[in-house]
Amino acid sequence: MSRLPSSGLVDRTRPLNFSFDGKNYRGFAGDTLASALLANQVRLVGRSFKYHRPRGILTAGPEEPNALVELRSGARREPNTRATVAELYDGLDATSQNRWPSLALDALSLNGLVAPFLGAGFYYKTFMWPASFWEKLYEPVIRRAAGLGRAAEGEDPDHYEKANAFCDVLVIGAGPAGLMAALAAGRAGARVILADEDFLAGGRLNSDVARIGDEPGPAFAARTVAELASLPNVRIMTRTSVFGVYDGEYGAVERVSDHLATPAPFQPRQLLWKITAKRAILCAGATERPIVFGGNDRPGVMLAGAARSYANRYGVAVGKSVAFFANNDSAWTSAFDLKAAGVNVTTLIDIRREVAPVLAARAKALGIDARTDTQVTGTTGQPIGGGLTGLAIRTAGHGGRIAADTLAMSGGWSPSVHLTCHHGGKPVWRDDIAAFVPGGIPPGMTVAGAARGTYGLGDILAEGARQGGEAAGDLGFAASLPALPPTEETPAGITAFWHVQGSKGPAFVDQQNDVTAKDLGIAFKEGFRAVELMKRYTTLGMATDQGRTSNVNGLAIMAELTGASIMETGTTIFRPPYTPVSLGVLGGHHRGKDFRPTRLTPTHAWAAERGAVFIETGPWLRAQYFPKAGEADWLTTVNREVKAVRASVGLIDVSTFGKIDLQGPDVGAFLDRVYINTFSTLAVGKARYGVMLREDGIVMDDGTTARLGPEHYVMTTTTANAAKVYQHLEFCLQVLWPELDVTLASVSEQWAQIAIAGPRSREVLARVVDAGVDVSNEGLPFMGAVERTVMGGVKARLFRLSFSGELGYEIAVPARQGEALARALMAAGEEFGITPYGIEALGVMRIEKGHVSGNELSGQTSAGDLGFGKMASTKKDYIGRVLAARPGIADPERPCLIGFKPVDPSQRLRAGAHFLKLGAPADMAHDEGYMTSVAHSPHLGHWIGLGLLKNGPQRIGERVRAYDPVRGNDFEVEVCSPGFIDPNGERLRG
Amino acid sequence: MRIPCPYCGARDASEFAYLGDATLTRPDPAAPDAADAFHDYVYLRDNPAGAHSEWWYHSGGCRRWLKVTRDTTSHAIAGAELAGGAK
Ligand SMILES: [Zn+2]
Repeated sequence: MSRLPSSGLVDRTRPLNFSFDGKNYRGFAGDTLASALLANQVRLVGRSFKYHRPRGILTAGPEEPNALVELRSGARREPNTRATVAELYDGLDATSQNRWPSLALDALSLNGLVAPFLGAGFYYKTFMWPASFWEKLYEPVIRRAAGLGRAAEGEDPDHYEKANAFCDVLVIGAGPAGLMAALAAGRAGARVILADEDFLAGGRLNSDVARIGDEPGPAFAARTVAELASLPNVRIMTRTSVFGVYDGEYGAVERVSDHLATPAPFQPRQLLWKITAKRAILCAGATERPIVFGGNDRPGVMLAGAARSYANRYGVAVGKSVAFFANNDSAWTSAFDLKAAGVNVTTLIDIRREVAPVLAARAKALGIDARTDTQVTGTTGQPIGGGLTGLAIRTAGHGGRIAADTLAMSGGWSPSVHLTCHHGGKPVWRDDIAAFVPGGIPPGMTVAGAARGTYGLGDILAEGARQGGEAAGDLGFAASLPALPPTEETPAGITAFWHVQGSKGPAFVDQQNDVTAKDLGIAFKEGFRAVELMKRYTTLGMATDQGRTSNVNGLAIMAELTGASIMETGTTIFRPPYTPVSLGVLGGHHRGKDFRPTRLTPTHAWAAERGAVFIETGPWLRAQYFPKAGEADWLTTVNREVKAVRASVGLIDVSTFGKIDLQGPDVGAFLDRVYINTFSTLAVGKARYGVMLREDGIVMDDGTTARLGPEHYVMTTTTANAAKVYQHLEFCLQVLWPELDVTLASVSEQWAQIAIAGPRSREVLARVVDAGVDVSNEGLPFMGAVERTVMGGVKARLFRLSFSGELGYEIAVPARQGEALARALMAAGEEFGITPYGIEALGVMRIEKGHVSGNELSGQTSAGDLGFGKMASTKKDYIGRVLAARPGIADPERPCLIGFKPVDPSQRLRAGAHFLKLGAPADMAHDEGYMTSVAHSPHLGHWIGLGLLKNGPQRIGERVRAYDPVRGNDFEVEVCSPGFIDPNGERLRG
Repeated sequence: MRIPCPYCGARDASEFAYLGDATLTRPDPAAPDAADAFHDYVYLRDNPAGAHSEWWYHSGGCRRWLKVTRDTTSHAIAGAELAGGAK
């Protein structure tokens, strides 16, 4: 075992069983998968993306590029999970990725031999080859060879939630700076949210274990967290990554159940937070950088701070003989910590000629062989699995060898500036710490601690406390700063160093995307020198880790090549999200049938009872048709429904139409301005069909509007445009003509509306209205609209309207009475064989009658195109009038609405077919319009259509070609009047 | 982004529908140059970097049209008032 005897914050009383690649292991509560694997001496954990090189664990945090595994199995399988942040749970089941047939013996590691083929720009160069080669040969080979984990095949069985949170001060990161910032703001009384990615708050305090006052770092962190937890105005959110800075809001994802085998009942897997905060303090810490040298990707090579974290936090020795390689002081402290914890640290290699005497003395006292002015020039490893066995080194020009199974390296630290860049801020280079620090910072945000380049522990605590206090003070809270205990300080000197010159073997810059220093050299030679070009050409920093450990090294090496400074070279742009966010949590509940709310009509239950087939129309679920036993297909059913209506009577729920109530002395004048025709002259008790335009002259919507009283109208809109028309009317009233005294209310939800149609519909209506209600042709003439009562005192609006072309009525009752009305009409019509019909039959009848619908109100048609030209009043202005007169829209050559029937009556018409003159070639130059709607007319016994045809109304009787290459149809149709049924409207008025 | 609705208080932008430039005035339809004026009104828009006066509709709230002053470079909102004066 390489578990250390005593150190660490893991709970040794709570062992946990887990498996990796089918083998069983044991870890402890508080482990990550990575720490537990290392404790079990598993060092080889994956194969690299392109070359299938064996890879181990590089880091101990979210920046991990190598240790990516598939976690869980079946439908919960989650690829590319970072073992360094995957919290261990009992029964955890992980599998390595991108290896075949096994992790240790990978056939495709031969890819390394064809590395030049997969080098910088390989995607672009390969695309240059013959296209058929790419598709048939290279692409399948590369797909097989390159890649990471496999997505789960099954539907995700877990659910995801979204939530909002509000606070005065959001503290991002619960390390020393974040804890003090939260404490200062929290004690002052501000509402504080403290969010941290980790499952254990404390950040570096849990890994460094430097003393604060008279207690070790972890104890100080735990005590501070306990005080914060006791404050009612402070909320601590662990396992929560703040991933984006928006406009006064922060996006965060809380991994509620990722640390459990399956979520607890009714618990989501993850939760997407939108946090609205008046102030934010970014305390995101810093990420250590590797050094670029040949063979730096072997299992056993890791970051120095990670080795320290494994020893101090997890009680794990990362190896049996550990060497360090660094350019800075922090690695020395890490080495001393390992030694103190009982790890065999043999050698400290530093590129610098001199280090602080205190460090050299301490190394000597601990028996560590410290070698300054020395570089690691290569590595050797085991034949199987590639694990590190030794180092080639060079001291002042002289070579040497060192045996080691672990190399802990440090090229310095990069502040985690990502979130400061989300409003376009550009980081600024600081030579003294060899790092980028935040440049422009989003409004409302400050940055404290290592994220700002402040590395001394005492300074970090002070900075966090000060900024927490200031944020609270700015918001009106009286802050008193927490006492700052003395801290154990360690040296933090650094000499910038990126790349060992003349080292042996591939020197990786980006281990996740397999980008080497040589690839950067190729990019330089081929002219891709600007940092954004270099990134895309080499794919540096474009993997799931977004180059956390590689970006700065990459651009520093490019700066060396070009001779520019690092500041001049500049960074690539950091955009949200800061860390990978699952699509599941972004979607939340909006998936499958819950993608959007489903609106049910008032008669839904009644229709379902009668076996209706439902169809989505926008957000609504409407009855499409009502099949009867024995009917072969939907067309049989629809034909029956249409015939029943035309022969006797049928009913349909039309509640989905938009209904807008308009009241006030100026309603008539207002409607005159929004409809092309006139409504101010409409008599009380009558309805009128109206067409409204957009201001650009195109038809917006149509429908009937009734006048119920001198100052009271009720408008209907199409189902699809209900919300849009309402918004438009409010705009006209509030913005264009605020002087008009009109009040609007949407009453679509308040009223159920059922249409009855057919020659017997009057008799049916007469049986549901209350005594004394006159529904005779005189009492309720065509286009009549009255308020009466039905079913024994239920208030109702009766409209004599028809979409089907038959005698028809629409009856509106309060929505809760809709179902009762449907049942009452069915009972009243039983004797006439009343037939419920769906929107298919409704569509057939409106096409037979030549009425336009959504297919014709396409957002491209003018009133003239649809045959409404004569309706437009010339005595008034209305929305869209001026631009409808533009030559392009008023052009008589524009395709206009007309009817079509097939010359061969057995042919089935198809909407979308384009019209061509007989004999004309099928090309755009000869296009004369297209078919908008088709239906099988049971009345005529063949298919009929409506369409837009150039000069259509002047071409009745002419034959044209209906050309539909999509479905392979091409036949002749005859232009005819769009009124296929009762063209003079006698049935309506009877 | 939150918009300070004079009726409803600071509300999330997702409750609002955006229309655009609030500095335009619907031209006089009877003017001799109405066709040109309406063309400009419907189609021509400035694209300012900085303060922009624009129409937002509180569709998920009070259903009022608001004239909002927003900085297009930062999304900072300087204020919002009801269209056409309160009534
Ligand atoms: Zn509002």
